[in-house]
Amino acid sequence: MNQTPLIAMAERFLSALRHCQLLQMRVVDADDQGITLILPWSQAIVGNPQTGAVHGGALTTLLDTTCGMATLCVLPRFEVCPTLDLRIDYMHAAQPHKAIYAHAHCYRVTHDVIFTRASAYQDDATQPICQVVGTFMRLGGDIKGGLDVGKHLSEPRR
Amino acid sequence: MIPLAVRQQLNEAHARGDYGPLLGLIPYAGLIGIECQRQGDELLFRLPANPDNIGNPLLPAIHGGVVAGFMELSAALYLLIHSDSVSIPKIIDFSIDYLRAAHLRDTFAHCQLWRQGRRVTNVAITAWQAERDTPVATARAHFKIEPQKPLK
Repeated sequence: MNQTPLIAMAERFLSALRHCQLLQMRVVDADDQGITLILPWSQAIVGNPQTGAVHGGALTTLLDTTCGMATLCVLPRFEVCPTLDLRIDYMHAAQPHKAIYAHAHCYRVTHDVIFTRASAYQDDATQPICQVVGTFMRLGGDIKGGLDVGKHLSEPRR
Repeated sequence: MIPLAVRQQLNEAHARGDYGPLLGLIPYAGLIGIECQRQGDELLFRLPANPDNIGNPLLPAIHGGVVAGFMELSAALYLLIHSDSVSIPKIIDFSIDYLRAAHLRDTFAHCQLWRQGRRVTNVAITAWQAERDTPVATARAHFKIEPQKPLK
């Protein structure tokens, strides 16, 4: 993987999210077309002890984070973008002992709102575990703490 | 299918109003720290404030995915206890609206079963922190259940 400024920024952003660190989520790739994150399988995120399938909550955390971070790919500078809503369709259960990937992209960016789409998969991106659409609010870079984070995230770019 | 031992554990938990052993079977429940208590006929779910659940370090606020996971799990547990499904309810889809930031404090959830069909149920979930009438999120979920008698 080539370490682009965008990927470096995404990694710093993800490393600041404590719950994502707990789930051991990492950035796989990011470019202007979207972003891919990985969620390793672990016993702690299992929702069905009979099958070892990962709980929907861990998938939602992966997809909310991936969609939210897809905004980094399309905005000229960092903006805080809280989630307005998410809608998740579950296609089939995740297989145990296998990592889960999520790829998200923004399909429409307006003055106030960003529309995103994502899917999560294991071996085959054409056989998703679940699909999601999510809408994010643009708060701009000027809110309290927002600019500081932006500066901090893009520091090594100079 | 729900194993007989688990069904027994479910019934005992509900009779005693102590859902700890039941939650102990689900690793994800322990990860986020969900609790459940009975208030009369109602079930009240609680997610105690835990720094490990933070997803916004600025405020700080609980990760939106954790809030959603808490609400989805609340709905599934609610159905396990209130529906007569012979299998563990399977999530079909989940839709959540975030109304305000969920700050680092205890979060509560309440479920409403709007429709129980033969195969699919519709559950609404409301989550709040300080004030019950100013929710931090509302959600609704469809779950697939298995009828006790097979469909024709």
